[in-house]
Amino acid sequence: MRVMAQMGMVMNLDKCIGCHTCSVTCKQAWTNRAGTEYVWFNNVETRPGQGYPRRYEDQETWKGGWTLTHRGSLKLKGGGRVQKLLGIFASPVQPKLADYYEPWTYDYQTLIEAPLGDDFPVARPKSLITGENTKITWSANWDDNLGGASEMGHLDPIVAKLNASVRRESEEKVRLDLEKTFMFYLPRICEHCLNPSCMASCPSGAIYKREEDGIVLVDQDRCRGWRQCITGCPYKKIYFNHKSGKAEKCTFCYPRVEVGLPTVCSETCVGRLRYLGLFLYDADRVTAAAATPEEGDLYEAQLDLLLDPSDPAVIAAARRDGIPDDWMDAARRSPVYALAKTYRVALPLHPEYRTMPMVWYVPPLSPIVDVLSSQGHDAEDRTVLFGAIEALRIPVDYLAELFTAGRTDIVTGVLQKLAAMRAYMRDVSLGRDGDPAIPEAVGMSEETLYEMYRLMAIAKYADRYVIPTAHVERAHELEEIGCSLDFDEGPGMYESGPFGEASGRPAPVAVETFNALKQRQTSDAAMATTESGSLTGRVNLLNWDGNGAPPGLFPGRSDGDAP
Amino acid sequence: MSTFLWGVLPYLCIASLVGGTVWRYRYDKFGWTTRSSQLYESRLLRIGSPLFHFGILLVFFGHVGGLVIPESWTEAVGVSEGLYHFNALLFGGIAGLCTLVGILILVYRRRTTGPVFMATTKNDKLMYVLLVAAIVLGLWTTLVSVGAGSEAHNYRETVSPWFRSVLLLRPDVAAMAAAPVQFHIHAIVGMLLFALWPFTRLVHAFTAPLHYLFRPYIVYRSRDRQVSGARQARPGWSGIGTTDRDRQR
Repeated sequence: MRVMAQMGMVMNLDKCIGCHTCSVTCKQAWTNRAGTEYVWFNNVETRPGQGYPRRYEDQETWKGGWTLTHRGSLKLKGGGRVQKLLGIFASPVQPKLADYYEPWTYDYQTLIEAPLGDDFPVARPKSLITGENTKITWSANWDDNLGGASEMGHLDPIVAKLNASVRRESEEKVRLDLEKTFMFYLPRICEHCLNPSCMASCPSGAIYKREEDGIVLVDQDRCRGWRQCITGCPYKKIYFNHKSGKAEKCTFCYPRVEVGLPTVCSETCVGRLRYLGLFLYDADRVTAAAATPEEGDLYEAQLDLLLDPSDPAVIAAARRDGIPDDWMDAARRSPVYALAKTYRVALPLHPEYRTMPMVWYVPPLSPIVDVLSSQGHDAEDRTVLFGAIEALRIPVDYLAELFTAGRTDIVTGVLQKLAAMRAYMRDVSLGRDGDPAIPEAVGMSEETLYEMYRLMAIAKYADRYVIPTAHVERAHELEEIGCSLDFDEGPGMYESGPFGEASGRPAPVAVETFNALKQRQTSDAAMATTESGSLTGRVNLLNWDGNGAPPGLFPGRSDGDAP
Repeated sequence: MSTFLWGVLPYLCIASLVGGTVWRYRYDKFGWTTRSSQLYESRLLRIGSPLFHFGILLVFFGHVGGLVIPESWTEAVGVSEGLYHFNALLFGGIAGLCTLVGILILVYRRRTTGPVFMATTKNDKLMYVLLVAAIVLGLWTTLVSVGAGSEAHNYRETVSPWFRSVLLLRPDVAAMAAAPVQFHIHAIVGMLLFALWPFTRLVHAFTAPLHYLFRPYIVYRSRDRQVSGARQARPGWSGIGTTDRDRQR
């Protein structure tokens, strides 16, 4: 047994209102740069829907993740090592920009500069790739809230799969008409897998997993832009920065997590649906678990990898493997471990990709509750709910395809626990005695059900985020170990270059941030001004610090005709 | 003039190649990339890029064979000059042609695809001129040899000894000076290309990921084994408390 710690996340999908705040704040924090316009480290998909990039779940097309050889060992679905190397000159399976979308902005200048005339000036969309006028035909959220689902819903790979199985049995198909369908939101970040196929695909060995907290990062100094990781990742959560020519991915906001702060997406989540905490897992058994023969058993295999931090044997092994005591304490209080393993209500996304993803989801009960309440039933009554979970086959089948490789019994079990919590707590909230038969029906005690309710419904900040800080005596070592996105706009970023854009040595992020903050707080001039007086970065209303008048931010002052 | 071209210039180019590469590796690892444009356009790239790259790999091995291995060695294993020459022209010609067609497709794509052209720097343009020139001139020497038939110039008695003598630091200027003019021009353009190499996107060739065949699939990296601080530790400067930290582990 080799104990390792892993930062993990759980998202409670019942609480997601699809507001995209996580996506927007993440983008503002990390990918608000040239070259990453189309990059969404965090995105929120409406399901049923195609996802981002389009149909990324169709691994017969995209060749992401792992598969088993006929002898039962793991193999990259995109091909073996030799095959990968032969393909680096033109990566054979690669999403095109059209599979994401062509990023654009609007020509707002026309609105204020157009001469007086009969026609109202229009801000035309301009492509951020070519700079030319463009036609907006797709974006990261084109099918948000089931937009266009009646026309394009069948393109969702899961819908396609369910419908294909239906044809044989002449059963009910997935209904996509607005009145009869169901929907929920699925926020996605990098899964920070235990067995990452992006890492295995990288010819340069630039992608690595941090031993201390399991966060998967791209070493920007070693990435050579061979693009194999993009094929390798089945979740398509590695993106190609087309300016720097390097891969970029979600960093689990490691600079925040190291000091005990939740990730940007979690911190800003309006629905407070994200949980952060530690998992302990047995690193020696990961490959064997990922090679479980039956896809349906992968969820259980993944669950078996997680070690109980209260188990004396685990504690001893963890101490031997150098996990600090305060981390062990955090692991015992970990909300993600509680949801995934103690209560068993959180499920991994697409375990059948065999990457052992570490962002887990509590499947939503809302598709079922919605149907019940629209039919006039009491959606908090246990018998009604339990009956509906059994009867409403399609939402459950759909969730099973997402979270358990098709095992509906597991999804049903989880939904029953959520339903039981709802029914039991209604009695308690109304001042009646809780019915002990309800938790018993789902194999829980009244106390555990109540604790689960505290964690899931009350969800205090301190309970949702249990993030042990990186150790102070190790703080120096944390800096600049060759990580991903240290390269903010600053000296050396996108400007430099005898060797093209983004060449040259970047300033370390700590130094850069220190200087920027110092300048912001002490200077009267506009930020990011070079010696020659020109602005080094783009300044807009969002990042303007209030000093000076950056050119282009305000219309020129015209004397005389002011009102 | 001969002394400069075949006795001095090679060393200037080697100095630029080696020194430039070391310098770039130390100071511009972030810029060390293929700068792939596949995201912008992949239809033409899928034909042109493998054609060019596999072609140039063959051309490279051909050059190694022709320049490094002495004629006496091949004759010792029973390959006659005529047979060697025929093979070199046939396979070299095919590989060279693939390379040329490949790079022409790539240049066409670069010029006609808007986003790809926008991502092309002056540095790239200069590099493309030299690269295409080197390939065209190389094919020219092949063509001339084919045209001359059995009277073709045997570069393994002039160019190859000179090349080896340069590497042995005793440049045989006279041997190279005796070669026909097409070899002279090809060699000069080739040397210039190598001099420029470390300063262009061509550096990606030096980090061809062959170690991928041997490394483990999953890569763990510890924060502990890395250097401390925001700046690389210099030799002779060890961080305070280093030994304590070592003891802790």
